[in-house]
Amino acid sequence: MVEMSGARAFVESLERQKAEIIFGVSGGAILPICDELWNSDLRFIMARHEQGAAHMADGFARASGRVGVCLATSGPGATNLVTGIATANIDSSPVVAFTGQVPLNMIGTDAFQEVDIIGVSASITKFNLQVRRPSEIPQAVKSAFYVASTGRHGCVLVDLPKDVQIAVEEIEFPEEVSFRGYNINLEPDGREMDWATTLLSNAKRPVIMAGGGVIASNASAELVKMAELLVAPVTTTLMGKGAMPCDHQLFAGQCGMHGTGEANLLVSEADVLLVVGARFSDRTTAKLEEFSPGAKVIHIDIDRSEVDKNIETVTRVIGDAKLALEGILSRMANTRFDTSRNGEWLKKLEKFRKQYAPPELSGNPHMRAPEVMRALRRALPREALVTTEVGQCQMWSALYFDAYAPRTFFSSGGLGTMGWGFPAAIGAKAARPDVPVVDIAGDGSFCMTENNLATCVEENLPVVVVVLNNRMLGMVAQWQRLFYGRRYFGVELGNSPDFVKLAEAYGAEGVRPETIDEFERAVRRAVKDDVTMVIDVQIDPEENVFPMVPPGKGLKDLLVEA
Amino acid sequence: MAQLSTIAFLVENKPGVLFKVSNLFRRRGYNIESISVGPVENPELSRMTVSVKADSRILNQIVDQLDKMVEVIKVKRLDPMRTVAREMALFKIDTSDPMAREESLRHVNNYHGLILNIDPDFLIAEVTGDPATIDEFIEKTSPIGIEEMSRTGVTALEKGRLKL
Repeated sequence: MVEMSGARAFVESLERQKAEIIFGVSGGAILPICDELWNSDLRFIMARHEQGAAHMADGFARASGRVGVCLATSGPGATNLVTGIATANIDSSPVVAFTGQVPLNMIGTDAFQEVDIIGVSASITKFNLQVRRPSEIPQAVKSAFYVASTGRHGCVLVDLPKDVQIAVEEIEFPEEVSFRGYNINLEPDGREMDWATTLLSNAKRPVIMAGGGVIASNASAELVKMAELLVAPVTTTLMGKGAMPCDHQLFAGQCGMHGTGEANLLVSEADVLLVVGARFSDRTTAKLEEFSPGAKVIHIDIDRSEVDKNIETVTRVIGDAKLALEGILSRMANTRFDTSRNGEWLKKLEKFRKQYAPPELSGNPHMRAPEVMRALRRALPREALVTTEVGQCQMWSALYFDAYAPRTFFSSGGLGTMGWGFPAAIGAKAARPDVPVVDIAGDGSFCMTENNLATCVEENLPVVVVVLNNRMLGMVAQWQRLFYGRRYFGVELGNSPDFVKLAEAYGAEGVRPETIDEFERAVRRAVKDDVTMVIDVQIDPEENVFPMVPPGKGLKDLLVEA
Repeated sequence: MAQLSTIAFLVENKPGVLFKVSNLFRRRGYNIESISVGPVENPELSRMTVSVKADSRILNQIVDQLDKMVEVIKVKRLDPMRTVAREMALFKIDTSDPMAREESLRHVNNYHGLILNIDPDFLIAEVTGDPATIDEFIEKTSPIGIEEMSRTGVTALEKGRLKL
């Protein structure tokens, strides 16, 4: 045991967690910690707004599979983190947020920059706590990392009153932490896996739906093995994109409100649906009553509370996705079953794939978004990382940009946070400086967090931002076009800002390509020179994302045109 | 079909835990009929008993969601056939009319209640029983004039060897 300040104990605790990077913004209530960080080897990447810092930590976590750390001061610093925390938590991204707080004796007095962040963040974190003494800090930090990165990953917030940072106490660093009420059960039950095996080996029209849990548990190889063994088409949720290579013969694309024809129709016709690490979000299921009506649903998930929440299952396998898939695969190896009948089923996949193939687009003076996505794919190496913003740009990315490996495609799925993609890309670049990182943005989303261009430039974290610029909040406009008689309200953004000049103002590069070829060349150059570049791609404001399942309809009722 | 059920759980006896539990119920839209909390033999723990009206799918979700909370150690939906559930209530009854006084004393006696305080115009009675019995007492006593009342909410233990 040694005597040290709470701030010192905090920094040492982070070092013991092997944290290397903190994303944050400084402030009054975390001055003692800033002063200790000044004296440490931890890299502090300064965001220009705390929301950006939280998204960076989130992007770092998703790209690396390790815990992302963000830090903010009390009051407005803490509330600015809120959107980032909620985004990370609902997408099960392991993020730990540290907030400064007013001194203990001032808590509850409405002191300057005081906010009850424990109360505010209670329903958007996996766990949160406030430390009351310096000696509690090592335990709190270790617990935060442990809870965030085990079981179903999530966000943990630790609130650090300023006087606790300053006070000096005997400090002990625990080797382990445990909670009576937090037991992670990774091992799936054998009988559950037996039942799943029986159902799968008797399936005639099996479909596998893979969610973010497959990526979180590093189970992509097992997923592909399972698909090939069963000869089952695989669809992914938005969070699961990359779990199966998009160029795999059995890959059917995304399922859901903006699912591919083949994914939505196959899920609707399946007799057995194996869902791995997904939570049946309303954007994936569309109308619940019409979701996969004839299927026996097998649900593999680490979070028991997700089972039977939206969709009734026939069999559940609670536990780690990788262990569950391994367990079922080894049982399948000892089970006789016949996949020859699945030939018909595969023919259907081919048929739907052809029937719903996106039309080759030409004759429009604007560049078309699907075309831009395919050109971007051509211009990027396979290992490049891609984040997306939210709205039309997100769905075009999900539908038309192929991902080939897990942890290469990231999007704000659950919360749908506009402005997430760009700072998340910066965090991803900090985690993987060796590969190019691209944010596929819309003009509306990018404007929400573009100030982090300063971070890209100052911290030398080059990111390419492809702005699909339609001068609109495109997805809202699409709904107004399709379902509200074209009464555009609150969606027209006009021509401000000039994204090329905006990029230049921050010391980044800005280009406005006129053709697909120019666009592809710009991407290749940004990747080659490893520079921050904003590429302003002017697209048609009238362009819609299709396919689309209208609200209130079932998966199979998808529209392919207006 | 929505039915009244009792869920008992052990939590860390720490500040803020009651808030987090009630926040969970609020956030997910579960309706609490009553909640009672108190420390148990181990001072680091508290036991909460929540009475909720919900169908069985929602009840399972409540149990799973509570179980997920880091501060919740054990949670169980109690089987009414194997559970003793009790609630205590205090009643202040207007007894300025001698007839009313006589009648209320009779009710309290019938329900094996206790008279805790007698004033010239009021008395305070304690009645303990399962929630339905308390409801019944209220129904019978209302015509006399219940001036004020306070219920503790259900607390419950399982019978025999069964435990949380």
